[in-house]
Amino acid sequence: MENRPLAIYGTPLSSRLLVGTAQYPSPAILAEAIKASGAEIVTVSLRREAGASRSGESFWSLIRELGAKVLPNTAGCRSVKEAVTTAQMAREVFATSWIKLEVIADDDLLQPDPFGLVEAAAILVRDGFNVLPYMTEDLVLAEKLIGAGCEVLMPWGAPIGSGRGLNNPFALQALRRRFPHVPLIIDAGIGTPAHAAAAMELGYDGVLLNTAIAKAGDPVSMARAFALAVEAGRLAYCAEPIPPRDMAEPSTPQLGRAFADLPRRA
Amino acid sequence: MQASFPKIRVIGAGIVGLTVAHEFALAGQSVEIIERADGPGRGCSFFAGGMLAPWCEEESAEPLVREWGREGLEYWTKIVPVAEVRGTLVVAPPRDRPDLLRFSRLTTGFDWLDRSGLADREPDLAQRFDTALFYPAEAHLDPRQAVCALTGRLRQFENVTFRFNTAAESLSGAADWIIDCRGYGARDSLADLRGVKGEMLVLATGEISLKRPVRLLHPRHPVYVVPRGDGRFMVGATVIENETRRVTARSILELLSAAYALHPAFGEAEIIEMGADLRPAFPDNLPRIRRSGRVVHVNGLYRHGFLLAPALARRTAAAVLKDAFFPEVMDEHRSERQTA
Repeated sequence: MENRPLAIYGTPLSSRLLVGTAQYPSPAILAEAIKASGAEIVTVSLRREAGASRSGESFWSLIRELGAKVLPNTAGCRSVKEAVTTAQMAREVFATSWIKLEVIADDDLLQPDPFGLVEAAAILVRDGFNVLPYMTEDLVLAEKLIGAGCEVLMPWGAPIGSGRGLNNPFALQALRRRFPHVPLIIDAGIGTPAHAAAAMELGYDGVLLNTAIAKAGDPVSMARAFALAVEAGRLAYCAEPIPPRDMAEPSTPQLGRAFADLPRRA
Repeated sequence: MQASFPKIRVIGAGIVGLTVAHEFALAGQSVEIIERADGPGRGCSFFAGGMLAPWCEEESAEPLVREWGREGLEYWTKIVPVAEVRGTLVVAPPRDRPDLLRFSRLTTGFDWLDRSGLADREPDLAQRFDTALFYPAEAHLDPRQAVCALTGRLRQFENVTFRFNTAAESLSGAADWIIDCRGYGARDSLADLRGVKGEMLVLATGEISLKRPVRLLHPRHPVYVVPRGDGRFMVGATVIENETRRVTARSILELLSAAYALHPAFGEAEIIEMGADLRPAFPDNLPRIRRSGRVVHVNGLYRHGFLLAPALARRTAAAVLKDAFFPEVMDEHRSERQTA
């Protein structure tokens, strides 16, 4: 299968790894890790308190200096109104119409609110935003979001920060098959590079993660590990892996092998 | 003899300015401390946690913080002995146990405690947690008391003077060296300095007793509680990339929820104080001694003011008086220094 380059809202990307900017030991380590990850898109969460007064400027300018495209997110928003206001503020602060839309419903799992998500997405699309919704892996929700005008979908692998990997590969695969031409990015729940590679082997177009790199003992090395895993997973998907089977199939034919009947002769 | 000493002007009477002044005074220098507020330690230092925890800080800080932090620990227990060495406890709710494991992997100098070990040290917590990390060599102090003690110590030196309610810009008298210790106040002179907001609160309750700082791990809102004596507990602190000093409802909600999770009796405590200030930080969150001509900036101590100030102060004095160079914290070019 041809390894076609990924484009999101008309922007071509050579890296399929997207990285968050929170929880790093320092901005300097964040910058090094982003460089090692090769990510071309970084997400930044905006607190409305800081957005209104422009008081996060020092940190935001450090983020802008990373040279990656900034994808602001509405992390922590619990209602449609909050999310829409935060998105509008983020558009001003970061001069971008891209928004990673989060509307969170549940405190323990930080699970997205599917109903609020569709409503907020529709409002933001009408307002000219390019919306990347953080969603559960629900097929019907995916349809509604596409109907609302989202051109990219970001289902969770597992709850944010949980590091559990892909909780529901069956549903993720169904999503991939149903929407072969919509860019699908696994967002959240990734713990190790193996999880990221597994997502890519399912045919996902990219992986977005934060905690797994930021909270690793050595974030910079872990960022590089994820870059390699995402690339490996993508190559593997395009190279069309063999299907699993129940019985062994020898890679060298047994039949006619020289001296294969030696034990019997002995 | 006195007139031949270079005169040192320290700007800012926070914990950095005071420890720097102390080092110069110990070296026999004549020191003048300029502070725009009406007393010492009214900025960032006022809201500090006062934990002297070089081992716990390994979780997120560079190795330098542990190394120099141990000097800080010694300073506050031997030279200006206001700290108490009772260790630090780190706990996590059962469902955040992986965070405790992660913390243990990234730090050193601790013992694992089971419920009975915890009961020996903090009986009030033993009903709440069945395991904990204990860092026996760590200490804590009351920052406001430490500032008073150090100010008192400085006042005993004949050639140390304080000038409060004084803006540095209004001074005309000459000084041989200006040591700028203004923290975030020096933002306009230091292009790569930023402020990182920290919010804290103080609770009062007679229902709980703690002898040492306790850190409660949480994936989103880690919090620490430091006993201040007389049933008062400092609860802190948020770490937000934001340069205002506003205390937000959301932050207080998070701090209180975490305190409540540590022990429900905090739910009945009285809130006696809330505050916020800006920690000065450079991009790697490590401090700097930065010379330009006869001005030396000592800044960027981030979350480690009381812990690192003594080591920084010692090196600042050595850099000025002996032309010593410390590559860990001095990022100027050597050629610049020679022309200075």
